[in-house]
Amino acid sequence: MKLSKLVVAAAVVAAGAASLSTSAFAQAKEQFFPLLSYRTGPYAPNGTPWANGKQDYIKMVNARDGGVNGVKLTFEECETGYATDRGVECYERLKNKPGVALIDPQATGITFALTEKVPVDKIPLITLGYGLSVAQDGMAFKWNFPLMGSYWTGADILVQHIGKSAGGLDKLKGKKIALVYHDSPFGKEPIPLLQERARMHGFELQLLPVTAPGVEQKATWLQVRQSRPDYVMLWGWGVMNSTALKEAQATGFPRDKLYGVWWAGAEPDVRDVGDGAKGYQALALNGSGTESKVIQDILKNVHDKGQGTGAKDEVGSVLYTRGVIIQMLSIEAVRRAQERFGKGKVMTGEQVRWGMENLSLDQKKLDALGFSGVMRPVSTSCADHMGSTWARVQTWDGKKWSMTSDWYQSDDQIIKPLVKAGADKYLADKKLTRRTAADCQS
Amino acid sequence: MLYRENGQFKTTYRADQQIFPITQDRVAIGLMLAFAFIAVPLMASDYLYASILIPLVIMSLAAIGVNILVGYCGQISLGSGAFMAVGAYGAYNFFVRIPGMPLIPTLILGGLCAMSFGILFGLPSLRVKGLYLAVATLAAQFFSDWMFLRIKWLTNDSASGSVSVTQLQVFGLPIQSPVSKYLFCLAVLVIVALLAKNLVRGAIGREWMAIRDMDVAAAVIGIRPMYAKLSAFAVSSFIIGMAGALWAFVHLGSWEPAAFSVEISFRLLFMVIIGGLGSIMGGFFGAAFIVVLPIALNRFLPAFMSLFGIEISTAGVSHAELMIFGGLIVWFLIVEPHGLARLWSMAKQKLRLWPFPH
Repeated sequence: MKLSKLVVAAAVVAAGAASLSTSAFAQAKEQFFPLLSYRTGPYAPNGTPWANGKQDYIKMVNARDGGVNGVKLTFEECETGYATDRGVECYERLKNKPGVALIDPQATGITFALTEKVPVDKIPLITLGYGLSVAQDGMAFKWNFPLMGSYWTGADILVQHIGKSAGGLDKLKGKKIALVYHDSPFGKEPIPLLQERARMHGFELQLLPVTAPGVEQKATWLQVRQSRPDYVMLWGWGVMNSTALKEAQATGFPRDKLYGVWWAGAEPDVRDVGDGAKGYQALALNGSGTESKVIQDILKNVHDKGQGTGAKDEVGSVLYTRGVIIQMLSIEAVRRAQERFGKGKVMTGEQVRWGMENLSLDQKKLDALGFSGVMRPVSTSCADHMGSTWARVQTWDGKKWSMTSDWYQSDDQIIKPLVKAGADKYLADKKLTRRTAADCQS
Repeated sequence: MLYRENGQFKTTYRADQQIFPITQDRVAIGLMLAFAFIAVPLMASDYLYASILIPLVIMSLAAIGVNILVGYCGQISLGSGAFMAVGAYGAYNFFVRIPGMPLIPTLILGGLCAMSFGILFGLPSLRVKGLYLAVATLAAQFFSDWMFLRIKWLTNDSASGSVSVTQLQVFGLPIQSPVSKYLFCLAVLVIVALLAKNLVRGAIGREWMAIRDMDVAAAVIGIRPMYAKLSAFAVSSFIIGMAGALWAFVHLGSWEPAAFSVEISFRLLFMVIIGGLGSIMGGFFGAAFIVVLPIALNRFLPAFMSLFGIEISTAGVSHAELMIFGGLIVWFLIVEPHGLARLWSMAKQKLRLWPFPH
């Protein structure tokens, strides 16, 4: 008994020592990506394909191109369970690894906590389609990158789409739109913008919070049944989405009057509801499916060799593809930084930030990367850390998502002043000043 | 032999009433404090501070608070997370609304907010006890969740409900670096732990323990149950509130109500049960167990499994962590229901007899 205990203890110590020593040796030319993810908990069905996409793209770039100009890409995953304190622990654990490029926390709560920390550690924080909406203002938020869209642009596009389907934004006057939202910073972010739009077009905005994680929505949908809104916007994540769809079905709320944000428009949200969700529309930040060249490359270079992360039939799903896009933009930022600071070198966080700030992926480049039909061009600058605000609307037909609208772009005239005001308030609260134009070159 | 009291005579009441009447204990505590204040800052890395030491220190503080209520006064509470939240948001409101508010008074005011909240939700303890009280204190938890999500004034009208603080300083010294954060929290912890230890040794502590052991008998010998129970709620929630304010201000920096969910109430209750009910020392042990073990498992399980050629995914680690954790809690409750602090005092007892056990 005693001996066996000793053996176990010795083995644990040896394992610890071994893991430390391997990490000490692995300091060759490697760019390291800390991957925060959640494969457990109520958000796991959505967090898992997202995390798989990111990993597979790194593996594919290593297998196909041998990394970025000879710099090999490495990663380590850390499970957060969507909890802020665990996410902060993961960040602290991984931030000091050699060659760390940037961080994508994969959760709004963690983004808020890390926004305070990344300027000190000089690591760019990318939050594609989520995070802090005001961080679009790169002059105030030097290290945050809400690429391709924020909750505000999403909400704005949803209102535009609802207006269009009603026959014009002026037709919204007197209508009632309910927002069924996850009661957390994630769900509350779009409210200021929706209030602004409600004031402009004269529709009534009804706010219906759902307590996290969102499996209990009976009371909320009872309110929907009582107040009979003309449209319902669904701002959910994880189990909340499929629950909402089931409740809508039970309440008899027409699904074609139900609109989800892009975090409520993936396969795990509707698969279990099947026909019950027919006609449900949600924003699409990116395309999906296995036709695009990049997904084919992943299948060929990673999954066919048996090195894929996760199930093969999930490759190309909506959130998987979003993971791929996030990782592609991260790697392109490294590539862009190498163009300025030296090809074939490992970039520091500061250099990657410059690369992230100077991304210009036009259609030609996207086609070359294999992303045609998956996303629109992205071009960032010092002042605009978002790069693109385009999104489409997709509809669930009971079997699969299909694109059913043209591309929309959020209305700068509404977003810009809101972002500016929000950023100014943030800077005043924190007693910070805006970056100067000279700082953009750094 | 090492731990022998022979020859240590106490000739005054003062000497008899010390917190640590045995010389070896005093030396050991002195060495431990020196280690915590001097040696740790010389050795620890940033990761160790941010992920282990600072949470450990703050959670120890909260566990002491919970232990006063649950361990000393026997009032089982599931509202600890709410008291932390009230402390955090109370301190936040004082901090952002009053220009130039210093940090230490902010913490104390946060603690006072939690104290009044605690007394309010301690009122049911005058009528119900045991499991019924635990359920009644859950109301505090749900009320605070509701309050900080819905009442916009409390979050300074933040659109998303997430608030943050920066530029903390104490007496002009910035609390920004991990070392300074750690030392600041540690100083608060040491002061509060000493005060708490003295409280539980004094008349009031004996009243709490009398109420815990048998409230009817306590009332018969002249202890006022209302005063004893509500003072336990007050002291306990004051300490928990300060811990909540530190957790929010120093550890997280930016937080939302979910940071103080019902889960944290359960974790605090596990801490005092595993650490040892009715023991200040138990708070430290319990916090160490609950804070360090998941992270340690998370880091070493993959390496350990790879020795046997098994690759374990992050999800697998996370599931294994939950299972091992649950198993250990059950094991502790069966093998040592009085917690780690009891093991500690047994070790001391054995040292007293060493090397001639009988």
